Amino acid sequence: MKKIILSICLLLFSASLALAGDPVKIGMITTLSTKAGYLGEDIRDGFKLAIAMENGKLGGVPVELLVDDDGRKPEKGRQIAERFIKKEKAKILTGIVFSNVAMAVVPKVVRQGFFYVSPNAGPSRLAGKGCDPNYFNVAWQNDNLSEVVGRYVRNKGFKNVYLLAPNYPAGKDALAGFKRFYQGKVAGEVYTTLGQSDYAAELATLRAAKPDAVFFFLPGGMGINFLKQYAQAGLKDSIPVFGPAFSFDERILKAVGDAAVGVVNGSQWSVDLDIPANKKFVEAFTKTYNRTPTLYASQGYDDALLIASALKAVSGDMSKTDEFRAALAKADFASVRGKFRFGANHHPIQDIYVRKVIKDEQGKVTNRILEKVFTDHHDAYSSECTMK
Amino acid sequence: MLVLEQILNGLQLGVMLFLMSAGLTLVFGIMRVINLAHGSFYMIGAYVAATVAMKSGSFMLGLLAALPAAALVGMAVELLILRRLYHRDHLDQVLATFGLIFFFNELIRMIWGRQPLFMDVPPWLAGSVQLLPGIHYPVYRLAIILVGILVALFLYLLFSRTRLGMRIRAGATNREMVGALGVNIRLLYTLIFGLGTLLAGLAGVMAGPILAVEAGMGESILILTFVVIVIGGIGSVRGALVGAILVGLVDTLARSFLPDLFRLVLESSSAADRMGAALASMSVYIFMALILSFKPAGLFPVNQ
Repeated sequence: MKKIILSICLLLFSASLALAGDPVKIGMITTLSTKAGYLGEDIRDGFKLAIAMENGKLGGVPVELLVDDDGRKPEKGRQIAERFIKKEKAKILTGIVFSNVAMAVVPKVVRQGFFYVSPNAGPSRLAGKGCDPNYFNVAWQNDNLSEVVGRYVRNKGFKNVYLLAPNYPAGKDALAGFKRFYQGKVAGEVYTTLGQSDYAAELATLRAAKPDAVFFFLPGGMGINFLKQYAQAGLKDSIPVFGPAFSFDERILKAVGDAAVGVVNGSQWSVDLDIPANKKFVEAFTKTYNRTPTLYASQGYDDALLIASALKAVSGDMSKTDEFRAALAKADFASVRGKFRFGANHHPIQDIYVRKVIKDEQGKVTNRILEKVFTDHHDAYSSECTMK
Repeated sequence: MLVLEQILNGLQLGVMLFLMSAGLTLVFGIMRVINLAHGSFYMIGAYVAATVAMKSGSFMLGLLAALPAAALVGMAVELLILRRLYHRDHLDQVLATFGLIFFFNELIRMIWGRQPLFMDVPPWLAGSVQLLPGIHYPVYRLAIILVGILVALFLYLLFSRTRLGMRIRAGATNREMVGALGVNIRLLYTLIFGLGTLLAGLAGVMAGPILAVEAGMGESILILTFVVIVIGGIGSVRGALVGAILVGLVDTLARSFLPDLFRLVLESSSAADRMGAALASMSVYIFMALILSFKPAGLFPVNQ
């Protein structure tokens, strides 16, 4: 009964909105529950911020953002996509955090002629053989943030690196991405259980292997555990540790504290990136939500700006599919990353940096850009993409 | 040298598991209730300790606040929810306590938000000591092992030397008879449940400085805890101790040495790494299956 009343209310609500000038519906499927819920929360809040800054519009076109939580489950993501498309008649979908959810949802959606813009997940398949004219990724291809660390570690003359990642596809991709640009000797390659919390055994083995550096990919809580235990084992001062930005976003740093200070990590964005669009974003985000934005928030914001640029080009008329697609591909928006363009496979060609974790004047642990390692970096899968 | 260090690591994991499984096995053995929400009290302990420690700057204050908090929440749950489930089917208990997991995870997110909390090792337990030449071991982890030994000793004395322990044992054997003899069995159950959740809370506090304090942190340790009580014999605290140490050692040693063993046998090192990692994560369950095939009721079965 409650459900029926609720849906009637929703119907009335959407009907009244339709009268107010037919806003374009954007369906956001993202992860808001589970431990990884903060990733989706930041993507959503970044996206919402862009809409709020334009007073409910994107590119001058009124929009309605529908958000639902996939709970990190591919089948649930699929159901939500179905509902957004069939019932809500959304033409643009976005928001997925995890690659396994993306692989279950994206190919199906774009095959039916709808648009999908990814603010996070960038599985290699969708950049290569599985690419599609209606699929755009505004963040990165999964391997990118590990590749940049690989190059940096090689440039710095490290010759014997120990690798560690969870035993699942994204973990293997991360290590592969690192090795693609490091190309040196590997002191050990360890795959841990996904969701593992205690790393004492791995740390003892690592110490015995005597590497000159450590590269790890452990997103979310796993990274917090690893970094704390790494410092407690007294390894932090003797063997430097590196990783992609996923274990060093501002929320994780708050939970890790001093144990992360000094660690160098790879990212396409940083809170201190000296670009007017970024300054505006960081200031507005901090003011609205009272917390420092993460890279996920920056990606959600860019996601909204990209969609805004394309909506503007067609003046909100979503029946002009070809124009809309062409406008997305142009990427004519002021990215928080500065210059930004799409490659042939609709994945970013962008600069990628390494950042260093520091303690600022107020005693807050945060990231600072150390140096730009890649200029106009392409992903490794573009050549496999035929874009039929 | 490495072996010795890994054995210490295994012991330390075993002690954490013991703190968790002692409470769980008590509740199951004496009250016949399967409590899936045990991990939630672990989480509550960690959250309260992290918050108080952050505000006051003292780890001990955090510990002192967290233990009663976990015990009180536990006793409230017993009074309000579990008390109605004693005569029900195990499936009903599983459903209700499974629901509690979601309830507590969301409650934590509502109170503290999605941001994981920060908790550091107290300064007087920071750093590492040299146990033997070449073996440096974090002091904090040694402290965990010590706490585990003290708790095991405390439980032993409680059950074998005190009147309360005697009543608890009697209540486990024949609930009605003990009630008829004038012991307030309801109060007794509430106290036992409180003791169980207090131990879970203690485990949470100890884990706080090493692990991420976040909603849902209880579930990752809960599965191993169940493995421990099944191996040890459901309802036996001694079984929980032995089971926890065994599981801790098997898990740690398999994780550290299986990949190397495979590398000796197999040609390709990447195949060895893959198989080693896969088998290492299964090792605890294989171990449980082995034990159960020889001792179907666990190592220390409780006579019923």
